Amino acid sequence: MSDCLLDVRGLEVGFATEEGTVKAVDGVTFQLQRGEVLAVVGESGSGKSVTALTLLGLSRSPNAYFSGSAWYGDVDLVSASDEQLRRIRGAEIAMIFQDPLTSLNPVMKIGAQIAEQIQAHEEVTKTAARERSIELLERVGIPRARERIDSYPFEFSGGMRQRVMIALALSCDPSILIADEPTTALDVTIQAQILDRIRDLREQTNAAVILVTHDLGVVAEIADRVAVMYAGRIVEQGTLDEIFYDPQHPYTWGLLGSITRVDRDRPGRLPAIAGLPPSLADRPDGCHFRPRCPHEFDACTRIPDLEQRGGGNEGHLDRCWLEPGAKTELREVDGQIGLTGKA
Amino acid sequence: MALAFGLLFIVLVAACLAAPIWANQVAKTGPIKNHLTDTVVVDGKKKDVVTPDGIAIGPTFQGQYFFGADGNGRDTAVRLLYGGRTSLFIGVGAALITAFLSVVVGLLAGYFRGWVDAVLARILDVIWAYPVILLGVALGTALSLGGLDVGPIKIDADSKLIPVLIIAVVYVPYMARPLRGQVLGMREKEYVEAARAQGAGPLRIMASEILPNLASTIVVFLPLIVANAILLEAALSFVGAGVRPPEPSWGTMISDGVKSIITAPHLTIVPGVMLVLTVLALNVFGDGVRDALDPRAKIRLER
Amino acid sequence: MLRFALRRLVSMIFVLFAISVLTFVIFTVIPGGDPAVRLAGRNADNAQIASIRKDFGFDKPAYVQYGRLMEKVFTGELESYSTGRLNVFDEIVKGIPRTLSLAIGAAIMWMLFAVALGLFTAMRAGRASDRVLTVLALVGVSMPVFWVGALMNYYLGFRAGLFPNGGYVPLTEDPIQWLYHLILPWTALSLLFIGVYSRILRSNILDTINDDYVRTARAKGLSERRVLVKHVLRNSMIPIVTLWGLDFGAVLGGGAILTETVFDLQGVGQFAAESIESLDQPPVIAITIFGAFFIVLLNAIVDIVYAALDPRIRLT
Repeated sequence: MSDCLLDVRGLEVGFATEEGTVKAVDGVTFQLQRGEVLAVVGESGSGKSVTALTLLGLSRSPNAYFSGSAWYGDVDLVSASDEQLRRIRGAEIAMIFQDPLTSLNPVMKIGAQIAEQIQAHEEVTKTAARERSIELLERVGIPRARERIDSYPFEFSGGMRQRVMIALALSCDPSILIADEPTTALDVTIQAQILDRIRDLREQTNAAVILVTHDLGVVAEIADRVAVMYAGRIVEQGTLDEIFYDPQHPYTWGLLGSITRVDRDRPGRLPAIAGLPPSLADRPDGCHFRPRCPHEFDACTRIPDLEQRGGGNEGHLDRCWLEPGAKTELREVDGQIGLTGKA
Repeated sequence: MALAFGLLFIVLVAACLAAPIWANQVAKTGPIKNHLTDTVVVDGKKKDVVTPDGIAIGPTFQGQYFFGADGNGRDTAVRLLYGGRTSLFIGVGAALITAFLSVVVGLLAGYFRGWVDAVLARILDVIWAYPVILLGVALGTALSLGGLDVGPIKIDADSKLIPVLIIAVVYVPYMARPLRGQVLGMREKEYVEAARAQGAGPLRIMASEILPNLASTIVVFLPLIVANAILLEAALSFVGAGVRPPEPSWGTMISDGVKSIITAPHLTIVPGVMLVLTVLALNVFGDGVRDALDPRAKIRLER
Repeated sequence: MLRFALRRLVSMIFVLFAISVLTFVIFTVIPGGDPAVRLAGRNADNAQIASIRKDFGFDKPAYVQYGRLMEKVFTGELESYSTGRLNVFDEIVKGIPRTLSLAIGAAIMWMLFAVALGLFTAMRAGRASDRVLTVLALVGVSMPVFWVGALMNYYLGFRAGLFPNGGYVPLTEDPIQWLYHLILPWTALSLLFIGVYSRILRSNILDTINDDYVRTARAKGLSERRVLVKHVLRNSMIPIVTLWGLDFGAVLGGGAILTETVFDLQGVGQFAAESIESLDQPPVIAITIFGAFFIVLLNAIVDIVYAALDPRIRLT
């Protein structure tokens, strides 16, 4: 399909540590279409960040091993050479990180940092690169860009810094933008502004966005499709509506149930999913969510494949052995979607 | 590994402390006794301790003149051990005084703040700004003729206390400033407030709450200061602003040795190697202590 | 930036004043005995001592004495009494080019080697070569520079004849000889610093290489070389540059005295050493003040340069 930009198949990433091999990503498969926003949701330790970093080869290290593939055009990002990766980074696939203060070089002017990226990929003069940098800063809504371009990162507020990072990421017109928790380090009010930026820019450039986050509110704002990750695997995948209104996996129910809503009555206690995520070095057999799932039964000792079950739309996949009918019933807790405590 | 070097340091110190035993039992001479006209038997042959041309005997590796003799016929090994006592006395003594003064100044400045801190911190800054060797040289030269005479304190020019005090004062800012910083920080902590609320006076708080927490910083600093103090004493003595002749110290021995290096290189090599071993042992040990107690510390002493 | 520089220079002036007072106190107040006798040196007679007493105002109050001393030092009228009334200031001026040749050359040498060594050991962290070099660095710090210098001069200069046996040739006279005569002194002086600096740089590099902005630099598609040089190395070097300035000052204010003596370079440091040995105080006073002044000035410049390199400092 010519609209499919990224084709990730069975991606596995493991790290050798003192406690044994830690499998951060355990078989992740998904596709990314041109112009769509795919949200990858999960708790800390779910493997979502490592997945994102791996797409740009930024998780490579002497004690890391990889298997599976991630096809971008005719290049497999997992096994690509350093030179291939270098050409793709920034120019075709760009990334913005969680903490803009530490992610920008503190002693380099921001204009220079943007121009540096442009000049690494295109044959332009310094003046041309500088003009483009000013333009980019204006596009992301930095006031007085022509003066601020010679400022240092610490002279900006958090929200402004993140905009600088967005400007940086877009400087070479990438076809994919990966955003790793872009709003986590920011105030809620600034969050909305940043998400607006991302949305605008997606509209202007038709770039695809992979948004890694743990915040369902952010997901609801901006995502087209959602992939829910747990303990290194995607446990459910579908469109925004499908995930929010017709979730098929108990973990998704738990996530949705734990959102506090202002349009409903106040709950007695904040709902949370009982238990803790498994240690990545030592995982349970079968379905990884089994220890915390109140609906587990004997089939759950076998790993469910990520596939479409029940009547729903093609493309709405999940990893739960429960019958679709049972799912519709079990997910209703006190009149809304949620997860009961484990018996 | 650091422990091994700590042990090495102790062995070296013990050897130097045992100087009189070596001098009397083995070499059968003293550190300042000349033997210009004596002879000694080496490998069955009779040799002049100092030839008529003034060339001293080299290392014999036997009881007398183990490391040879200097231009005045003095036994180098004996001088080495006695010199070690002097150098170590000055180095350790100075470091202890530095530690004591630094703790006092750091506590007073950090705890009482206000004008006490303003005055003390300024004094520290000025001493700190004065380059180490220049300060040592200035003090050494100034005090070399008439000794020290400040108010009630009178010290003779030839006393070993002079280099001890000079070196101690020079290094105070290096230790006092970080300690002061620590005290300033600790002062605001809850346990200090709790103690104050219980009615404890400043002296009590400083002694029982703050001082114990400074212990690890002090312990990390000490080996490094001793090492640098020994090196500074050697440097000062080398230029003549430290220990006064004929008292041996490693610094004066190297100074003498360099003057006759062409005819008797062993006179330069021997005390130097001893000095390097001692300082190295302290440095490695100090590094190890620092890694064990506070691996993120950025303690550095200027030369 | 300008405000920071001005503030720094103003505080420097206070420190300079304090140093001059401290020097005065060191030489006049705290020692025992008669200051005039001390100043006159070894070979003075009573008439000389009396005239010195009048000249320096030792019979007058302290602030007058301070004033007279400073006047003499800074108007270049200070004389060395024991060595036949040499003008101290003239002698110092004669020695400055030699001392500077030693200090600047050594500073450049140790910086180059330290950067190379620091990078090398950082890239090979944990491996055998790294550990060996760390030990060598510790040994370097433990050796007195005058001892190393003397031995180098003896073995490489006198015995092996590879280098001249001390002495100095002015740059204007013969550049090649100038260089040739300075290689051993530069090396002796550098050994200590190379060890310390390469270890600090190594540690900085290892810290920086894991920083987030380095990851961003790679994500931008920059070449690995550019990431290493423009981001990792540049940021790691900033603290080192200030250290370098400070140590350069320390060399001028101290290390030079020892090295010059060993290699007979006849610079300001050797002048000081010779004066000390003959208990001739006026030159020591002058050199101490000028030396300290120069170093305080250098420290202020170093702080300003640091602020230029790392803009975050300007806020302090």
